[in-house]
Amino acid sequence: MFRFPRWKIASIIAMTVLAFLVIVPSFLAKDVREGIAKKLPSWAPFYSVVLGLDLQGGAHILLEVDAADVARTQVEALRDDVRRILREERIRITGGIGGSGRTVQVRVPDAADRQKAIARLRMQAQPGGVNALGATTPPTFEVRDTADGLVQLTLTDPAVLERVRRAVDQTIEVIRRRVDALGTTEPNIQRQGANRVLVQVPGLEDTNRLKELLGTTARLEFRLVADPGYNPGDIDMLNEYDREGNPTASYPVEKRVMVQGEDLTDAQPGFDQRSGEPVVNFRFNLRGGQRFGEVTSANVGKPFAIVLDNKVISAPRILSPITGGSGQISGRFTVQQANDLSVLLRAGALPAKLTIVEERTVGPGLGQDSIDAGRTAAYVAATLVVTYMLTTYGIFGLFANIALLVHIVMVFAGLVLLQATLTLPGIAGIVLTIGMAVDANVLIYERIREEGRLGRSIISALDAGFNRAFSTIVDSQSTTMVVAIILYFLGSGPVRGFAVSLALGIVTTIVTAVTMTRLMIALWYRWSRPTRIPI
Amino acid sequence: MLRFRLAPDNVKLGFMQLRSVTYPLSALLSILSVVAFLTLGLNYGIDFAGGTLMELRAKTGQADLVSLRALGDKLQLGEVEVQAFGENQDVTVRVRLQPGGDAAQQEIVQKIRVAVGDNYEFRRVEVVGPRVSGELVQSGTLGVVLSILAVLTYLWFRYEWQLAVAAVIATMHDLLLTMGFFAITRLEFNITSIAAILTIVGLSLNETVVILDRIREMLRKYKRMPMPEIIDTSINAVLSRTIMTSTTTLMALAALAFFGGHVIQSFSLAMMFGMVIGAYSSIFICSPILIYLGAPSQAEPEKNGN
Repeated sequence: MFRFPRWKIASIIAMTVLAFLVIVPSFLAKDVREGIAKKLPSWAPFYSVVLGLDLQGGAHILLEVDAADVARTQVEALRDDVRRILREERIRITGGIGGSGRTVQVRVPDAADRQKAIARLRMQAQPGGVNALGATTPPTFEVRDTADGLVQLTLTDPAVLERVRRAVDQTIEVIRRRVDALGTTEPNIQRQGANRVLVQVPGLEDTNRLKELLGTTARLEFRLVADPGYNPGDIDMLNEYDREGNPTASYPVEKRVMVQGEDLTDAQPGFDQRSGEPVVNFRFNLRGGQRFGEVTSANVGKPFAIVLDNKVISAPRILSPITGGSGQISGRFTVQQANDLSVLLRAGALPAKLTIVEERTVGPGLGQDSIDAGRTAAYVAATLVVTYMLTTYGIFGLFANIALLVHIVMVFAGLVLLQATLTLPGIAGIVLTIGMAVDANVLIYERIREEGRLGRSIISALDAGFNRAFSTIVDSQSTTMVVAIILYFLGSGPVRGFAVSLALGIVTTIVTAVTMTRLMIALWYRWSRPTRIPI
Repeated sequence: MLRFRLAPDNVKLGFMQLRSVTYPLSALLSILSVVAFLTLGLNYGIDFAGGTLMELRAKTGQADLVSLRALGDKLQLGEVEVQAFGENQDVTVRVRLQPGGDAAQQEIVQKIRVAVGDNYEFRRVEVVGPRVSGELVQSGTLGVVLSILAVLTYLWFRYEWQLAVAAVIATMHDLLLTMGFFAITRLEFNITSIAAILTIVGLSLNETVVILDRIREMLRKYKRMPMPEIIDTSINAVLSRTIMTSTTTLMALAALAFFGGHVIQSFSLAMMFGMVIGAYSSIFICSPILIYLGAPSQAEPEKNGN
């Protein structure tokens, strides 16, 4: 045990020094750290430990894309397709085109017409058609000819799932643009499971605005207000609201959407030149501009409803054709509302409704308090343990304490290098390992004492102590390791931080409590040539 | 230098004889735990029960508990639990899961914000919807079950069946009593409590492994020695270590419980309890079982020399 090759000593010292260097940036002020980091090569691990949201403060919001809403939109689109196709093929139907759940149905009384319609719709169901290998793409909907002339179109499961998947992708994009508009640093936006999106925004104080930005679908539609006598099945009754959210007026609005928000290229808050009230100025792309021009030319004198998420913002009368490709939305906004609406319009609409299913927000004040509390606990724990070890084992206790210090530094360095997140339970994990780390030393020392009492010479007692305790140390630590691994995979956020600290603590214990202590004792033995075991 | 030791050297305590006391005691505690668990149940936090938890700090003076409690009736939110801590400037306000799915939970915070006005700072807001809490229950249960399975597998490979069974019984004992502890103390049971329980399993097993390793070593060395004597000698040999380690770990946990802030207090307290129970069970529950199960017929050849 006392033959330590030079390379081994050198590598232990090198590891220790490295660990100390790695944690230095975490203790520097942010600007100092970034100043130094610029002068270093990019590979140098000169960064701070990552603090979890529970320590630095911030919002953690888990959103769910409403799959039913996705299906509903899809059914709406299918309904429009059916209407267009039947019109193109000049097929006569009785009654309107109904849509509910995942099904669209239409009654075609004439049998020949019905066969034609079904064939044409089945083609539509497979947009990819038959590919080069002869395989067909799975149909997006199934067409059924029920008795008494009713044709039913039902969306297939894979088609809905695929649409949900795409909706989540789009949602992430849109959310990213919206959150970026808040001007916060390093938001984390990621997919979770099949239909969820996790949004983490560090350091945010007011989560209300964030939640409002996330919760608004922002589907902007320009729809004509229906004339009397219009088919009631193709009309929605939509309300206009005042600032407090009370309905003020109700409009029969055509279901048909003339121009959509997705054709907007820009939206900016501004003020109306005459009244001075806050408005949103928008600009269409080429397609949107043309369509807007056509519709306004054909419907001069009629009210044109501007609808956001099924609420009428305003329904101004078309005074003259608007062909310039730009326009203005006014709707009794506050400055903030006009601002937010233009952010939402620029970022685009969410493909489906989002529901917040989990929210955890920690204010920066509490985060700092938690850090301070964790730090105090760590200092108290370290002081108690260090004193206890020193009074119990004397010089050997000192060795154990040095190893303990290196252990803590290494756990921190591990966290920094892995860029793992330090959470409050993570700090608890580190404090816990302060208590547990000395366990290995205790096992070794007690074994040495025991072997010494059996009458062994110093050197053989030391040797036996280390050798025999080693397998027990590995055994006992591996049980905790198993638990840490399971916790890591099952837990999320804070608990995961605990698992990481615990696991790192176990690994470094083996290095510090076993190898380092052994080295220190070996050096001490060579230097002082003791005649009895000092414990 | 001043030296002190909690465990005297060369102790020869008859632990095996104590089993006539400790077994009934443990049986009693286990029954108590089961009864408490079944009758009182656990005090589920919002992670598992769903609902809304807010931590408020009064901007001036102390928090007005009475008017905060009255919010439940005023806003029709059902029972609102209000708990003050620290110097009564801080309170946690907990609102139960509201009917109406995920969307309904979102309005609560806003309502309360409006109701308390500018008097309080919102330091923490947690809202867990009914589906997420359901999933957390699932993954928490899965975690505990998986850990137990992992531990069983580990013990299966590591020890002869007698020792493995003893270790499993001791671990179950600890698990049971810890659940009882949660039920009786009404400490909030959250995701971090699951972490605490799993860590207790790990630590308790750690203690058990240390003692079992020693028993196995003794079994190989003294093939003729009767089982109770082997166990007593082994326990006495590792006793000072068990006391030392438990003490240092308890010191660290006590520091966490007193200074680590209220967020992790229940975590630390549960761990302290588990630590004590783990040490107790490895000595008084696990080892004596071997007397009933008998010694392993032949100890495996030792791995690490000697």
